[in-house]
Formats: sequence, C-alpha cells, structure tokens
Amino acid sequence: MTDSRNLFNKVWDLHACQTLPSGQDQLFIGLHLIHEVTSPQAFAILRERNLKVAYPERTVATVDHIVPTQSTARPFVDLLAEEMMSAIEKNCRDFGIRLFDLVDNRQGVVHIVGPEQGLTLPGMTIACGDSHTSTHGAFGSIAFGIGTSQVADVLATQTLALARPKVRKVEVTGQLKPGVYAKDVILHIIRKLGVQGGVGYAYEYAGDVFDRMSMEERMTVCNMSIEGGARCGYINPDQTTVDYIKGRPFAPQGEEFERAAKWWLSLASGQEAQFDDVVVFKAEEIEPTVTWGITPAQSVGVKETLPTIASFPADDQKVISEAFQYMDLKEGQPIQGLKINVAFIGSCTNGRISDLREAARIVKGRHVAAGVKALVVPGSQLVRKQAMEEGLDKIFEEAGFEWRGAGCSMCLAMNPDKLQGNEVCASSSNRNFKGRQGSPTGRTLLMSPAMVAAAAVTGAVTDVRELE
Amino acid sequence: MVQAITQVTGSAVPLLLDDIDTDRIIPARFLRCVTFDGLGEHAFEDDRIQDPAHPFNQAQFQGGKILVAGRNFGCGSSREHAPQALMRWGIQAIIAESYAEIFFGNCVSLGIPCVRASRANLEALTKLISADPRTSVAIDLLAQTLTAQSESGQQVKATVEIPPGAKQSLTTGGWDFLGQLLDGEPKVRAQVARIPYLQKFAV
Repeated sequence: MTDSRNLFNKVWDLHACQTLPSGQDQLFIGLHLIHEVTSPQAFAILRERNLKVAYPERTVATVDHIVPTQSTARPFVDLLAEEMMSAIEKNCRDFGIRLFDLVDNRQGVVHIVGPEQGLTLPGMTIACGDSHTSTHGAFGSIAFGIGTSQVADVLATQTLALARPKVRKVEVTGQLKPGVYAKDVILHIIRKLGVQGGVGYAYEYAGDVFDRMSMEERMTVCNMSIEGGARCGYINPDQTTVDYIKGRPFAPQGEEFERAAKWWLSLASGQEAQFDDVVVFKAEEIEPTVTWGITPAQSVGVKETLPTIASFPADDQKVISEAFQYMDLKEGQPIQGLKINVAFIGSCTNGRISDLREAARIVKGRHVAAGVKALVVPGSQLVRKQAMEEGLDKIFEEAGFEWRGAGCSMCLAMNPDKLQGNEVCASSSNRNFKGRQGSPTGRTLLMSPAMVAAAAVTGAVTDVRELE
Repeated sequence: MVQAITQVTGSAVPLLLDDIDTDRIIPARFLRCVTFDGLGEHAFEDDRIQDPAHPFNQAQFQGGKILVAGRNFGCGSSREHAPQALMRWGIQAIIAESYAEIFFGNCVSLGIPCVRASRANLEALTKLISADPRTSVAIDLLAQTLTAQSESGQQVKATVEIPPGAKQSLTTGGWDFLGQLLDGEPKVRAQVARIPYLQKFAV
C-alpha cells in the first residue's frame, strides 16, 4: 500500500498523542535541546510549580550564545554572562540533564552539536528555544524553535501544544554554477518567496540539487528556513543521511542501527506524496548572493545592482526605503566593490568544517585587506579540533584572520564579539537585522563563507569566482 | 486555569512598520538575564535612541495597551523576551497585518491576543490614533471585531482575524497549556510505546 503522506505528516502523526480542546495536537518531542539564554526562566516555572523534568534523558544542554571566544576562563569578565552560565550548570545538575559545558570538548553551537553527536536523527521531533532549530530538519526530522514558556512545557511533559502547519515542497533542480553554495540556494529561495512566505508552512526541500548536497550543506539550507518565515524545513533522509549518522556517539549501533536506517529511509516522501503547495526553482538561475538590506530577503546576485524602490509593490516600499536609509546605500549601485570593515566566518548556519575548508581554500596564500578585522569562529570545539588537525588555523592566521574558540560569537553579539559604530560586516551568519551584530548602527551583508573569505582578502564585496 | 480573555480595551500605540524583528523589540544585550524582570523599559531601545519620534518615546502614547503594527511582526529570533518586554511595557494585545509564527505562539502562552486586520483598516486606525492618542480601542475576540472611537467621535470599525486554536485558548482561559499537557500523561505514555526510536527501533 502506498502512503500518500509526505514525511512531515508521517512524523507528525507518529508523535501526536491527542487532540487538545483548542484543536491543537499534543505532540511528543523526541529531542529537546537547551542553552543558557532561553532556559533559566523555564526552570523557574518548574520550580514554582514543583514539577520535575519528565524525560531528563531526552533533553541535552550546551552553552553557546554568551560564550566568549577568546578566553573562557571563569568567572567570565561579563558578570551577567557568568550568572547565566552558573544558572544552566545548577539547573542541569538539579534536574538531571546532560550538559556539554565549556570543559567538555563536545561543547559548541547547539545546532552544530546535535548532529555532530548523533543526537539528531531522522523521524524525530526536535525542539529548542532557538529559532534556528530548523537546522536539524536536514536529517528528515521535524525541528522547530520555541519560546521559553514552551521550553517549560517540554521539560515538564516532553510535549507541546501545536497546530499542524501546511507543507510546501520547494524544489530546486538542475546544476548549480561554480561558486554557488548551499547558502546561496537558501538566500535565493528567501529572496523569491519573501521573509513571510513560509508562515504557516513547513518547507520540504526537494530536487536533485538537495539530493547531491552533503549533510552539512543541507543543514545550511534548513537552518535559514525560519528567515523565510517557515518555522521548520526538512530534507528527506537518504543514504547520505544514513552514512553521516553511522558511528556517531549517540547514534544507534550495530543491529539497532540497521533497523533504524531501514525505518529512516521509509519515512521519505514518496512519489505519491501530497503537498499543500509546490514551487520550483532552476539551479542555473542562482548566483553567489549577498544581502544589502535589513531582512534576509533583501539580497542581490553579486553581479547585480541594488534595486530601485519603485520596482517594489507599493506596500513594500516603506520597508525598502528604511533599508536603504539604515544601510546608507543607494538605489542602482553595484553590490560588488562595496567596502567592508569586518569579516565573520562562523555561526550555526556556516560554522561547520566544510565551511571552514572552503573559506581556507580561498584565503590560502592571500592576506586580509588593510583595515579589515577578520575572524573565524568554529561552530564547536570538535570542528575547531578537526580544522587544526587539517592545518586550517595556520592558513587563517597566516592570512591575518583571528582564530577563535567555539560559540555563536558575532552572529548575535551576546558576547564580547560585536561590531562597532556603523561598521559593515561581510558575514556567514543568518540575520542582517538592524543592530543584530551588536552595534545599534552596525551593518551586515550575509553571504557564503567563501564569499566572506573573498571580501576579507580584497576589503570589499567580491565575486569569489574571480579569485579562483 | 488562567483567566479567560475575551476583550481588551484601551488606548493604542501606532507602529505601522513591516518586518519588525524580535532583535529590534528587545536587543540581544538585554537577554543577558535569568529572569524577565525589567525588560519593559528596554522595549525597542535601539529604535528609540535612533528615532526620537518613535511612538514608544512619545508622552501621549505612554500607557497604551494595544500595539498597532504591520506585516510579519515579531520575525526572527524565538526569544520570549520580546513579548515579555512588550507586556512589561504595558502592551496587552496586538493588532497587525500578520505575525511571525514563533512570536505569535509566545504571545498566546503569555495571554496576549494577536489579531490580524487588513492594511486599509490598520492605516485608518493609525490615522485615528495618531490624530487623537486618547482614542479608545476595543478588541472583541469572540465577535472578532475592533472598534476605535476618538474623543471627537470619529470611529473605525473593522473585523479582525485570529486562528481558531488561539481564539479558543484565550477566550476559555486555556492559554496556559502546561496543565492540559500534564493531564495528557497517560496518552503520552501510550504514544511513546509506538515511537520506533524510543523502542530501540523494534516497533
């Protein structure tokens, strides 16, 4: 019998415990990831109500947002950060939750750690008090960000009250051009579908472009689903998925792994699978993409000029004007050649080993341009270790980059890494919101790690293909 | 059981901008905390510093209970600190063209109704409250209407939308989901037995 359900609905159905009076489902959460920023108030709710953690073995904690990337000596210089660090240590101790802390080499950005450790598996429901939880959808799981009240719900019951979203299949078919990365694919999708195009939907990314991607590339794509409004984005599990998971510390082993792999592959949306909507993009149309504005949809191909305000629908013109004003850019100007002050390589979007390898390949034998501050922040301690074993740290340091410890760093600037004044930052992160990188007037240009490397060594937005 | 919320009435704050993200509602540096206390005074802090005319800076909008916003309000980071900051500033309900999903869910969990209105109605409402900040705005969640009346007697009446699940939860006092979820424990246990990865992939 063929199953006409897509992966999303198969996995949802399997985790739905009951329908609540509101019409929402009570959904079991297979893996709960927590970090220091959005969990302390949730533990306070448990203490207030005298509740225990229902399934402590199904929650895993690490620390990332506030972690300094230069010195992790305790106590931290920032006493507020120190208080948060102490709080998660105490909460994990009191409630019996596994914590990958700073002295554990498994520590890192939560969305890098889950997959790296084999905690993230296909067919799971995964929640975390962080919007980039969509990253884990790369494995064919339903993974989404939640607020702190919901973190408390998961801790106390391992479930959430949620309404089932619709599912849109986003197909990209054909051959990506040289110099076009997973980051460009997702920036292109967001540019075309808009920052709220995905509200109410989960995105299934399908087509031969995603079939050929490595797991790390798939994570980059799924990571930014939320920037397109989709709380959740996923890719069907295949042999690439199975091969990635095999042998990871928390993954099933031996015969159990064989049974697991069979089940994982059976979850993929089949030929008959139904969707609420389907959109198709051609891979050949995707260029190395750079954001110029204050939302991730405000982007252009590196060879394009910035749009005119009048080219947008009337309702959009106000926010487009606001973007031009904040960024101090002009309609019709080329993006290529725009001077930068800072280059940041890292984050849950692009802080994995393959990202560092690509950036290092561009940087090798070159030097960071005069006046540019450039930093590389590995996504986890294990990514950092791997990179050092491959000599990538030397390549970066010889080129004038700062080689840092693992953490969220300048993606959101809750730690000492911040832009100053109205600096322009070429960034491999995920958000170009006003003030996002820690200076209320700082300006962010999102792009692939290879493009950030190219900008770092030339001092301006550069088509990475011209450096090959 | 928490309090049922069927209507919110009060003065309003006009902020008819699109794609306002949660970093703008509460900049990340204020998330260095272990409680939500004191977030209210930092709502929109960087926008307010850069724009002295920001409505949250203006004396006539202090005490506003209802925020009027544009499209995709609350996009970006999942931080519940954002609705917490708005709530602690005094906001009890939001009328906007649309909302980001995580922000919307966080608001429901805090008992802050987020209703949708058409662009034309939001513009009419903004015009009215900008001209007369003492305009009284009433949102009726059961009837799904908003009624705004200025002191000079000018009115805006409109229908508003709210998803049925959120409406049911708010208007029956079921928006604190934790109690309901705890009560479902036997059903959760039954479901756990059917989930392959919780049973060594042997079911």
